[in-house]
Amino acid sequence: MTTPFRPVNSVSLPATPVVCNPPGDLAVGARGIVKAFGVGDARTLALKGADFEASQGELHLIVGPSGCGKTTLLSVLAGTLLSDQGEVNLFGTRLTGLSASEVTRFRCRNIGFIFQQFNLIPTLSLVENVSVPLLLNGTLRREAEAKATERLRQVGLAGRERQLPTQLSGGQQQRVAIARALVHEPRLVICDEPTSALDSLTGHQIMELLSTAAKAPGRCVLIVTHDPRIYGYADRISVMEDGRVTHVHAGVLLSSFIHSENRS
Amino acid sequence: MFLLALKMLLGDRAKYWMLVGGLAFSSLLMTQQYSVFQGLLAWTTSHMRNMRASIWIVESRVDQVNETKAMRDTDVNRVRSVEGVDFAVPLFQGVLKARTADGADKMIQMIGLHSGTLYGRPPHMIEGDISQLRLPNSVVIDTLAAEVTRLGSGVGRPLKVGDVFEINDREARVVGICKTERHFFGYPYVFSSYDQALQYAPRQRKMLSMILAEPKPGLDTAVVAQRIMAETGLRAFTVPQLEASTLRWVWTNTGIPISFLTTIVLGFVVGVAVCGQTFYSFVLENLRNLGALKAMGASNSLLAGMLLFQAMIVGLIGFGIGIGLTALFGLTIAQSGQPPFKANAVFVFQSMAAVLVICALAALFGIRRVAKLEPAIVFRG
Ligand SMILES: Nc1ncnc2c1ncn2[C@@H]1O[C@H](COP(=O)(O)OP(=O)(O)OP(=O)(O)O)[C@@H](O)[C@H]1O
Ligand SMILES: [Mg+2]
Repeated sequence: MTTPFRPVNSVSLPATPVVCNPPGDLAVGARGIVKAFGVGDARTLALKGADFEASQGELHLIVGPSGCGKTTLLSVLAGTLLSDQGEVNLFGTRLTGLSASEVTRFRCRNIGFIFQQFNLIPTLSLVENVSVPLLLNGTLRREAEAKATERLRQVGLAGRERQLPTQLSGGQQQRVAIARALVHEPRLVICDEPTSALDSLTGHQIMELLSTAAKAPGRCVLIVTHDPRIYGYADRISVMEDGRVTHVHAGVLLSSFIHSENRS
Repeated sequence: MFLLALKMLLGDRAKYWMLVGGLAFSSLLMTQQYSVFQGLLAWTTSHMRNMRASIWIVESRVDQVNETKAMRDTDVNRVRSVEGVDFAVPLFQGVLKARTADGADKMIQMIGLHSGTLYGRPPHMIEGDISQLRLPNSVVIDTLAAEVTRLGSGVGRPLKVGDVFEINDREARVVGICKTERHFFGYPYVFSSYDQALQYAPRQRKMLSMILAEPKPGLDTAVVAQRIMAETGLRAFTVPQLEASTLRWVWTNTGIPISFLTTIVLGFVVGVAVCGQTFYSFVLENLRNLGALKAMGASNSLLAGMLLFQAMIVGLIGFGIGIGLTALFGLTIAQSGQPPFKANAVFVFQSMAAVLVICALAALFGIRRVAKLEPAIVFRG
């Protein structure tokens, strides 16, 4: 049943991978993920048997050309999209074996989300937005807001709890989104293009926050991006092409990959 | 989460007021029209509360209290001879023309009471003495009749005890003023003795409009009424029977119920349309937020509950405003008594239920949409 994941790289990881940040236990494992959209002529195969893995304590980037299936893979890994084939395993839980409501409950407990467009609820104050994951987990309002306030302080937004998202800049809104993604101490943090709506400096500040978050014990941060400026924050980078993960870069190979990407 | 759900909706001022406004309008339309309708229906049976007889006996083809077909005077005695009848008295009921001090003609609802018993007399005397009806040419009028716009015309003030006017060229002297419930025809009541009423009314072969009867103490009114019918061939009603028969007559012979019901149904439909439309567009506009909540682990049932809660709260607020406006309307017209208005606690709850049904329907469209929503859409640009 538990056949070990085979490396899927073509630059191929060495038999004993040389990694600066020794990978901890497996956080995310996916095998043979197939996902098609549409029917008939309109049918597109977004994922064609993608394999993926990420470890605890890791900030893992998923990169690749537009349309290669990054967002689709991330959605499948997060349990927000059902794959047609393949298995997803999150922290030892086989997601593919759970019922829809069990997946929802699993997401609620264990996953924090950061979206490209922030997706804060515009009519709710910052502290209310941030407390949503706690409320969904059944925390009482008062306690949830206290924790949310503390999180907002940690992302540098102390004293602005009662403001509305529209009163903030894009970078500030993304910080609120980070506070929201982390407030319930999830083990997996899922981010789709968290910096692409932001300028370079703000993007770096956001990445600082996320890489700090990734250091929490037992946590894994997955980021889909095609912003090479932030590759340097990665512990590992999975490269996708045409519906598959084709290369995984870690350790010294990672540095040379980043170097070549930033040059091109 | 429910509090936040409410804030989400309140944050969208335009939609919130549209919803509340639509629901308030719908509730106002439903409750106001229904109250006026009920008031109107009550007017059709006000004779029975103004005369309070136990058994009403009419000609065999008469279906309702406002209709008369004259009977023979001897019919009174036939009713009296039925076993179980304590007493039975004649009653004249007819619309006559009265002439005021300035010579204007006004229609009146003439009621002629049996002078021995005065059975069928109005419940509330305000002034004067009803027993003086036994004197010649004397009448008791109701407060509506006394008004300057009615029989007080030309006097410059409401009629008082001692004032006179004319009915069919005969003097009518006011010996009392009473309070009555307004009648459907809108004519004021003028009471006189039965014999006097026959003098006032144009002479006809048969003049007896109705017979009012009382069963012997301890006997069942319905049984006695049944016996009267069987033995005399006349039609005898108890109060509930006559009320039901009168209302049935209004339902089958007039367009009133249909036109009111149409408006009430329209109020409901407008409510569903406006509220459903607005709420659905609220849901559509918030689809990304709802999708984000769904991704973050909000279950379909929680989201459904939130939408339902939002809809119900605006429903209650809208209904509150609507019923408030209806009450205001009722209080404003209470003075004049026109149009008729009869609030009904049961209907208040029924229309509240109707409004909540409207809201539930509105929420349902949104809930269906959200249930089908893929949480993964939040990752799409
Ligand atoms: N809901 C959908 N319906 C139909 N086709 C879809 C849907 N989502 C994705 N696709 C298709 O699947 C393929 C992969 O899309 P995906 O969004 O995963 O790519 P991506 O790598 O995230 O691209 P980008 O870098 O532009 O965000 C694309 O060809 C896309 O058109
Ligand atoms: Mg994408």
